Amino acid sequence: MSFTLTTPSGFWNPILWLVFLALFSIIAYLIYSRGNPSYKKDTEQIKPYLSGNPEPTKEKVQVKAGDIYWGFIEALKGYYKVLQAIHTGDMRDYILWYLGIGAIITFILIGGV
Amino acid sequence: MIEHLPALMIAVPLFGAFIAPIFKKHYKGVSIWAIIITGITVILSLLLAKEVVTGGIMVYVFGADKPTLVLPSGYSVPIRIMFEVDAMGAFMAISATLMSFVGALYSYSHVEKETGLEKYYSLLMLLEVGILGMVLTGDLFNLFVFLEIAGIAGSALVGFRNYRGEASEAGIKYLIVSAVASLMVLFAIGILYGQYGNLNLAYIARNISPNLVDMIALGLLFTSFAMKCGAVPMHYWVPDAYTEVPAGINPPLLVATYASLYALFRVSFTLFANIVVDLARVGWIMSILGVLTMFIGVTMALVQKDVKRLMSYHAISQTGYMLLGVGVGLTVLHDPSKLAEFGRDAMAGGVFHIINHIIYKSLLLMTAGALFYVTGTRNLNEMGGLARKMPVTTISFMVGAAAISGLPPFNGFASKLLIYETSYRLNPLLTVFAMVTSVLTLASFVKVFASAFLGPPLEKFESTREVPKPMVIAMIILAALCIIFGLFPNLVLDKLVYPAVDALINFAQYHSWGGLA
Repeated sequence: MSFTLTTPSGFWNPILWLVFLALFSIIAYLIYSRGNPSYKKDTEQIKPYLSGNPEPTKEKVQVKAGDIYWGFIEALKGYYKVLQAIHTGDMRDYILWYLGIGAIITFILIGGV
Repeated sequence: MIEHLPALMIAVPLFGAFIAPIFKKHYKGVSIWAIIITGITVILSLLLAKEVVTGGIMVYVFGADKPTLVLPSGYSVPIRIMFEVDAMGAFMAISATLMSFVGALYSYSHVEKETGLEKYYSLLMLLEVGILGMVLTGDLFNLFVFLEIAGIAGSALVGFRNYRGEASEAGIKYLIVSAVASLMVLFAIGILYGQYGNLNLAYIARNISPNLVDMIALGLLFTSFAMKCGAVPMHYWVPDAYTEVPAGINPPLLVATYASLYALFRVSFTLFANIVVDLARVGWIMSILGVLTMFIGVTMALVQKDVKRLMSYHAISQTGYMLLGVGVGLTVLHDPSKLAEFGRDAMAGGVFHIINHIIYKSLLLMTAGALFYVTGTRNLNEMGGLARKMPVTTISFMVGAAAISGLPPFNGFASKLLIYETSYRLNPLLTVFAMVTSVLTLASFVKVFASAFLGPPLEKFESTREVPKPMVIAMIILAALCIIFGLFPNLVLDKLVYPAVDALINFAQYHSWGGLA
């Protein structure tokens, strides 16, 4: 059995890809192993320094899902306004969309355009 | 026994579904019963696929003296109900049985605290019957019957947690959408029956001489199956249904959706294969619907905060890839040079993406179910730092997320690569949309990973532990399949996908009842 997938314009061999992945992992590990040896786990060393202020609770410092990609969504506000407006959750709208698209597709198929 | 395999594929889960209520007071018993029955169907589907791939199309005529007797002496048209299984049908049957088995296994622990489990498992097996019937039948009316069975079982399962208002609402929406689509399918079947006096798919396909009424029937069938498979802009029911259904039912429900996609392909490639000029038009409609579906699905996913709803929008988005791949193939079906150059590979990409998506999306929805099982919420804003508490779920999620984003060497990559390359040949703009969709897919899964699994462990989840073993095993099976299918894409492509694609392309063979008539 061949591991190489031949596509219309090239090929893809996952085993070859894995070999390269292993090679790069070894290089990454070698770089990592040259890191600072004074780092010690589970000591005061790993605690955050907040200019003497007490550390807030984990809940308070958590980055919530709603905050991620805020900028992206804000930039596409106009697009999302339209998109969310058509997702009404109303069953009657679902059927209307179905009928509308059905009419368009049938119109195209019978040679309307 | 081998010649009865197509009938057994339906009979075994149907038997399982009718026996399940006997276990009313033995919830563990009914769970094990469902695992055994769905496990047997996996074996049967593998045997069926082996038989079809090696021996060609299998025809099974119900009620005939010999199950392969299509036309008894003196008859010129097929008059009995028959199943006609080609490689495409066998491919879908494997997907359906495998996902029903994994779903039953996952459900063992996931729904143990619910009541009415005998009904739950009975419906799960009926859903499997509906899907298998749809993908194995060679008869249009039976396609409608099994579509109804799958629709009713599916909607009952969506509304299974009837103590939740949202589940009941989603169940009713699913039921109405299914009923409307099924009735339109029935209407289209009526039109074809009126014209050709027969319900056999191959017979109608062989005799079809497209006219205005036929094209209306095609329009109705196309739109109905497109709505049932969640193509944009008729996808609105999908997030409701996938979000509210118990996570163990997500895999078979996904396959039920793709059984409609299969029906869409069967109608386009087999039933109306002879409409030479208009087929390219049908292919373009499919490709454009695909692009719309993938892009709008993923952009809607990006803004969701409910983890299952986010993944449900991704399910819509991924359907777009399948529509695009197969749509490209359909566009050039009657152009032999383009078909050989990229059409066949485009269809292989689309069909391969079906099984890949069923595997990784089921896995992802199961990880979402695991998060809900442990935290009691689906709101990503309320989760955090669960990676250390749920290592298997975390790794399973990472594998699924990488696969759905098309990262190498996971299974989504190979199918997407084929779709990118081939759709570029038809129109580069199609590929641009497909690639941007993949980037956005990865971005939205980074959002889930960062908010649910990464970060410091939250105090409220201090006592949280990994989900029970049956759920873990089901997730591991699917994660392993993501890796195996990704590392050895040729294994699946050569043994299952290309035979399935060739079965669609070589429609003349299907039209002759597998060479029997």
